[in-house]
Amino acid sequence: MTSAKAITFGDNIDTDQIIAACHLVLPTIRDMSLYCFEHYPQFSESFSAGDFIVGGKNFGCGSSREQAPAVLKERGVRAIVAQSFARIFYRNAVNLGIRLIQCEAAGAISLFDKLRFEDNLLINITKKCEYPVHPFPPFIEDIIKRGGIIAHLTHSA
Amino acid sequence: MNCIEKILASHAGKQTVSPDDIIEVDLDYVMSNDACTVLAIDVFKKELKAEKVFDPEKLVMFMDHYTPSSSIDAAKVHRKMREFAHEQGLRNLYDGAGICHQLMIERHVQPGQVIIGADSHTCSYGSLGALATGMGSTDVAIAWQQGKIWMKVPHTLKIDVTGKWPKAVYAKDLMLKVVGELTASGATYKALYFTGEAIEALSISGRTTLCNMAIETGAKFAYISPDKKTAEYLDRIGRAQEFCFENEQDTGNFESTVHIDVSTLTPQIARPGRVDDVCNIDTLKGTKVDELFLGACTNGSFDDLAVAAQILKNRTIAPSVRMLVTPASIDIYLQAINAGFIETFIKSGAMVNHPGCSACFGGSGGILGPKEVLLSTANRNFKGRVGSSESEIYLASPAVIAASAITGTITDPREV
Ligand code: SF4
Repeated sequence: MTSAKAITFGDNIDTDQIIAACHLVLPTIRDMSLYCFEHYPQFSESFSAGDFIVGGKNFGCGSSREQAPAVLKERGVRAIVAQSFARIFYRNAVNLGIRLIQCEAAGAISLFDKLRFEDNLLINITKKCEYPVHPFPPFIEDIIKRGGIIAHLTHSA
Repeated sequence: MNCIEKILASHAGKQTVSPDDIIEVDLDYVMSNDACTVLAIDVFKKELKAEKVFDPEKLVMFMDHYTPSSSIDAAKVHRKMREFAHEQGLRNLYDGAGICHQLMIERHVQPGQVIIGADSHTCSYGSLGALATGMGSTDVAIAWQQGKIWMKVPHTLKIDVTGKWPKAVYAKDLMLKVVGELTASGATYKALYFTGEAIEALSISGRTTLCNMAIETGAKFAYISPDKKTAEYLDRIGRAQEFCFENEQDTGNFESTVHIDVSTLTPQIARPGRVDDVCNIDTLKGTKVDELFLGACTNGSFDDLAVAAQILKNRTIAPSVRMLVTPASIDIYLQAINAGFIETFIKSGAMVNHPGCSACFGGSGGILGPKEVLLSTANRNFKGRVGSSESEIYLASPAVIAASAITGTITDPREV
């Protein structure tokens, strides 16, 4: 995996911040994705497809809206790193095949640090260090690797 | 096994289950509303390439977040839902009859069931002794097709609540206190099991307020053992069923226990931005508000309207504020009319809205402008949830909302 920059956020980023309720009636995920993190200039001004999203604790808390991970996927997020994920967001992101990286040291990553994820290690190229990553159960890893729950189901059937 | 594990085991066709087991459970209902059904329909048709739902009687759909349709896009969403319901032969499609969770409790949920819903507050149904949890649209689409879903058996956190309820202190205050203590992620993946004399003393609507906000601690399920009150409630609404409630023996498998004594509790408020930033009302007394909202799946019940109507009777709201009252369902609305509450609200100067999510969420009326302050009985105060990202939302009980409407500032209901 090549490196890409980190777009960082704090603790308890809720799904309304990722995509606000008023946009959920838009016809497609692509339409909604234009409003992704609309109040966060680090995202709206600096995010490019392939970048990492880095959150703190309880990333994705709040509503069950799958539109939240879906708009991030649509925008081309490479992976979402967080100290911990809220349960429903975690499940939705895994279902969509988004690479989640649970990493205790997420808070040490600064905005625009260059990161690389390889062999279950998160490498901070800017800070020249590596962070250990919390492994997911094989069942979850398998869903992510296959690109989501639907591909996983089709494969198991 | 504790009571939660027993229900999961029975739905997974297993003798026993333990926390962290990954199991596949049969679902009694799959709930969805107008904020997420269209995405689920897309997944169902385009990705799963499914044609028929597993059982049309077990799907329940609601138009509540954006109803009456609040934009052209919302109208299109509702149309797609109606078309899908028609094509699949669904009978349980509700438009404008109330908030999904309230209607599920009034018309569908039974103790001992396992339910998923495409809404995080699906955990509310624990108030009737059902295990219910929110999931996303893909899981819901899979559940529509297969009638079952995988889940991990949660660890259970017991919340033992003792003491007598003081004046003007309600389930909402208790739950805000619990969320403040556990924090917004303190019970992630866990089940909250509420028990104790103060829980037994609560009506089903008070219990629903508690279970509703379990997700605000990150929990997967909330659960209250069905008891005489559960049976009486189901009987009263004409849905008495034969279910046996065992008086819960606390021999179950609990990860830990939190003890709370309600007798010393005071009215609580969550400050803007975070549901777990909770304080005693004293700290905020006198804070100016612009809008007050009485409603949402947290506090739009008949009991909640009764508390507020009692405070507002023969009084008027401050000219500086607007107040929105939205009963959580049409049945509650009708009962509130018969009890004279609606007349009280209208005469006090409040606006009464048709049942739905209303100002809980920026999907229909009551939207806030920049720098405006909302005091709400809803369950979330995230930045920008009800309009401008520069507005602020405080959360409190119906009594606090009614008392504050009179003065136009945050007011202790014990002092009006
Ligand atoms: S009332 Fe509020 S919390 Fe409840 S379902 Fe509607 S939007 Fe969600």
